[in-house]
Amino acid sequence: MSKVQDYPSRLSDNASRKFETFSYLPAMTDKQIREQVQYIVDQGYNPGVEHTEVENATGNYWYMWKLPMFGETDIDTILAECKACHDANPDNHVRLIGYDNYAQSQGASMVIYRGKGFK
Amino acid sequence: MAKKGYDAGVKEYRDTYWMPEYEPVDTDILACFKITPQPGVPREEVAAAVAAESSTGTWTTVWTDLLTDLDHYKGRAYRIEDVPGSDDAIYAFIAYPIDLFEEGSIVNVLTSLVGNVFGFKALRALRLEDIRFPIAYVMTCGGPPNGIQVERDKMNKYGRPMLGCTIKPKLGLSAKNYGRACYEGLRGGLDFTKDDENVNSQPFMRWRDRFGFVQDAIERAEKETGERKGHYLNVTAPTPEEMYKRAEYAKELGTPIIMHDFFTAGFTANTGLANWCRDNGLLLHIHRAMHAVVDRNPNHGIHFRVLAKCLRLSGGDHMHSGTVVGKLEGDRDSTLGWIDCMRDSFIKEDRSRGIFFDQDFGAMPGMLPVASGGIHVWHMPALVNIFGDDSVLQFGGGTLGHPWGNAAGAAANRVAVEACVEARNAGRDLEKESKDILTNAAKHSPELKVAMETWKEIKFEFDTVDKLDIQHK
Repeated sequence: MSKVQDYPSRLSDNASRKFETFSYLPAMTDKQIREQVQYIVDQGYNPGVEHTEVENATGNYWYMWKLPMFGETDIDTILAECKACHDANPDNHVRLIGYDNYAQSQGASMVIYRGKGFK
Repeated sequence: MAKKGYDAGVKEYRDTYWMPEYEPVDTDILACFKITPQPGVPREEVAAAVAAESSTGTWTTVWTDLLTDLDHYKGRAYRIEDVPGSDDAIYAFIAYPIDLFEEGSIVNVLTSLVGNVFGFKALRALRLEDIRFPIAYVMTCGGPPNGIQVERDKMNKYGRPMLGCTIKPKLGLSAKNYGRACYEGLRGGLDFTKDDENVNSQPFMRWRDRFGFVQDAIERAEKETGERKGHYLNVTAPTPEEMYKRAEYAKELGTPIIMHDFFTAGFTANTGLANWCRDNGLLLHIHRAMHAVVDRNPNHGIHFRVLAKCLRLSGGDHMHSGTVVGKLEGDRDSTLGWIDCMRDSFIKEDRSRGIFFDQDFGAMPGMLPVASGGIHVWHMPALVNIFGDDSVLQFGGGTLGHPWGNAAGAAANRVAVEACVEARNAGRDLEKESKDILTNAAKHSPELKVAMETWKEIKFEFDTVDKLDIQHK
């Protein structure tokens, strides 16, 4: 049994909370984030930024940061908006959404800046 | 007053039912049968016989034929093709007028199309390869109770395939121990766990006990991970009354998804349950026990793509599709064809994927294909590539068989699927670079590393029995 490793997730530990797609991977590097934003643009999705306090992350709705950037395809502009949201709400999770008009769904949703207490 | 007088006796089927000049109309239900005739029976006659026996005809002329407009109601064999790679089989294309079928009744369609005719002596073998349901008929069916988009919104899962796990051993666990197995999988990062198909309500674990303990597992795992979780509570039961009773209790518990075995329970039960799910806001997972009995023989039975289309019309939000790479049968191109039939709004004729007709599902929602059976982390890159985001990838043994237990097994799969999606989005070739992608991900996940060591050499490389018909001579 000594070789068996315990699974460390705990109710009492806020850092055990996950936040859906890519939350089981380490935080992405700037290069990796750019690749993902490129993917959102290449798919024709409309980017949008949302954020919330880490303890309120489980509901359907987070705070919308301004409005979705309809038709925006410039990676730097999109990343600058994510950063502006993060700078204004440094403790919050900040996620980037790719709205897929045709599927009437989100084609992508990923936390770009992890909130306070999350690595 | 077309014909004069009643002529008793036996006529050749082809005199009435072989109509090569017929142009199918948009409202016809079209079927493609693969027919292997008895030696000496002409191909037009055998095609006409199938058209007759699956619609208005019987073996002899009857006087009551003259009381109706048989020329309107009859099925019409309108085209015959050689089957590539076969000396004696033919494809017969048959058109049926839409008013031969009760609206919204897959039961009625199948009772006609795959009824008596399959036992017909003039045929050595018969297989229903494909059906084209006209949009006019599609719109009379309920279809998936929720559909992919609604499920994503309810479960809050975007931009990746969902992950599931069938709880093992299939039979014999007590309800509380069973709930433990679910909890461990869910807290480790799965979206869903699943009752195995033969888990109904046996003496060792009655359904009500199972539902209660499993719901407790779901709720605790949701609190712990902050993510939405579900378990396919199997409501398949001996009678429809009992099935609804179980579904009602599942709803009372507030669980998000229930499960049904559509083929053993039948289309009547399935369509009723799908309607109930639509009324009550529960997702519906569909298992397909018994399908291989009718769809695996390449010459006789019903092709799975037909069952998939029928189930989409009858109603289900998930349907098992095979994995291509796991332990169960499924040719790759053929599988790609029928997962299109499950998900897409319009599917074009494509013989290279076994699709014989254009199929328009209009506004009907799609179903998530579920890949399940003998898959493990090493298969993840291929699975993400084949199935894409709109799918459920289900690892039973590949979760529970992890040396550190279910939570670690679940985490390994979750890390692997996210790493594959990340790599795909970044433009990498998942199947060529699979080893590198997984190895890299395992650097940050001891759970994945151990899973990769455990299942390194396990493959299921057997030749497919039911292949697409291709010229091989």
